[in-house]
Amino acid sequence: MTIVQARPAGPDPLPGGSPRLTRTDGGPGLAAHLARWGPLRVPADLVAEAGRAGLRGRGGGGFPTADKLAAVLAARGRPVVVANGTEGEPLSAKDRTLLQRNPHLVIDGMVAAATVLGADRAVLCITDPASAEVARRALSERTGRAEAIEVLVAPDRYVVGEESALVNWINTGRPVPTRIPPRPSTRGVAGRPTLVDNVETLAHLALVARFGAAWWRQAGTAEDPGTMLATVTSANGTAGDRWVVEIEPGAPLDGLLPAGPVLIGGYSGTWMSPEQVHGTTWTSASLARHGATFGCGVLATLPAACCPLAETARVARWLAGQSAGQCGPCANGLPAIADALDQVVAGDRSGRAAGLVVRWAAMVDGRGACRLPDGAARFVASAVTVFADHLHQHRRHGPCAGVGHPPVLPTPGLGAAS
Amino acid sequence: MKYRLEVDRIGCDGHGLCADLAPGLVTLDDWGYPMVAAGDVPADQLRTARRAATMCPKLALALRPAGDGARRRPAPPG
Repeated sequence: MTIVQARPAGPDPLPGGSPRLTRTDGGPGLAAHLARWGPLRVPADLVAEAGRAGLRGRGGGGFPTADKLAAVLAARGRPVVVANGTEGEPLSAKDRTLLQRNPHLVIDGMVAAATVLGADRAVLCITDPASAEVARRALSERTGRAEAIEVLVAPDRYVVGEESALVNWINTGRPVPTRIPPRPSTRGVAGRPTLVDNVETLAHLALVARFGAAWWRQAGTAEDPGTMLATVTSANGTAGDRWVVEIEPGAPLDGLLPAGPVLIGGYSGTWMSPEQVHGTTWTSASLARHGATFGCGVLATLPAACCPLAETARVARWLAGQSAGQCGPCANGLPAIADALDQVVAGDRSGRAAGLVVRWAAMVDGRGACRLPDGAARFVASAVTVFADHLHQHRRHGPCAGVGHPPVLPTPGLGAAS
Repeated sequence: MKYRLEVDRIGCDGHGLCADLAPGLVTLDDWGYPMVAAGDVPADQLRTARRAATMCPKLALALRPAGDGARRRPAPPG
């Protein structure tokens, strides 16, 4: 029989809406962190406790964290822990916000994972230089196992956040995905079993370690327990129109942002019409009815004055540029889709271009070493469906007035807003 | 024993020989890269499938026992 340690009761009696990862009273320093949460305790049964908590990855994949930990434990060799704070999705700001406001919670999660896995190496990968600086400062306050944590500044590239690409970059300096298998959990950094977890996931793990699964599950729903960080982008695309919230699953979607079509999950995500948004809640089951998932917690709306098809076409072009170019269907299909979308925007009267977008989205889906083509396919296919009426207007009357609107969705390197 | 054809997407250069050798199992997409029919390879096509795999100039086509989960893909970026 397992002896379960008595755990302290959590400091915030959820439900009641108290923040967890967005709790920042006293600032990002170690003293304030300890005042907020108390010292880290790592129970011997943390893997099972994470399983009981129902903690799932917050980087986009949604994989059960306990299963990942167990896979690394089962593999041969001394494990390595990699915290993924690369946040390559341009509409996401939650990871850098967490790192800047609550770096010690992420560090605690790395320490907890390294302790339970017996890892002797832990790497914190961050793309945003300011966040990396905050993390380094936080680490300088720590003693013990956290002293061994290295901070690496990763290249600012969409695919580097993909698990095998991140491990490949650490190993070889090339930030591109590799063949699976082997998975990083069996052969990752330096050929050793490697846990790659998103920084938010690790912050939650730190809370599960401290207060246990029962406390952690007080937030959210039975199927989608815990809180989730989300990045909301609204209206005109200026910097002030993006903010990070901590959502309790079960919350109605239309309370989270202004009316209009909503992009869920960022550039690998799904457009939803206002009708679909209405009545949908932030739960996996409710989102799944419209083909959407939590993804990395990105929600975005567009101003009414811009052209949603032009925005979609520009993002599709950006995604094509982010392909590592290793897999034929992605390297060829994504630029072809972007070309066809440009024709749709220009007012292709034959309707042929829209048909090609749909055909090629289905054709690239599932046919890469990583899931970049799958996500791009979901993004453009959902746009063609949700903006069908608007597409019809372009076909009949040519490009709409919104085509001249300044770019809204960020496409870094393509010359766009924020 | 059931088998499936699997394409190593990184290794495949789109020569298209597989679609010539096993037209019932492999078709080419609009850019010349192989699309493998879903499901297990029918027993009467196993020889054809094995030949297509063996003849691939990049050795990017493999006939693998079904259900070993060998080539599941990694999580998306983000």
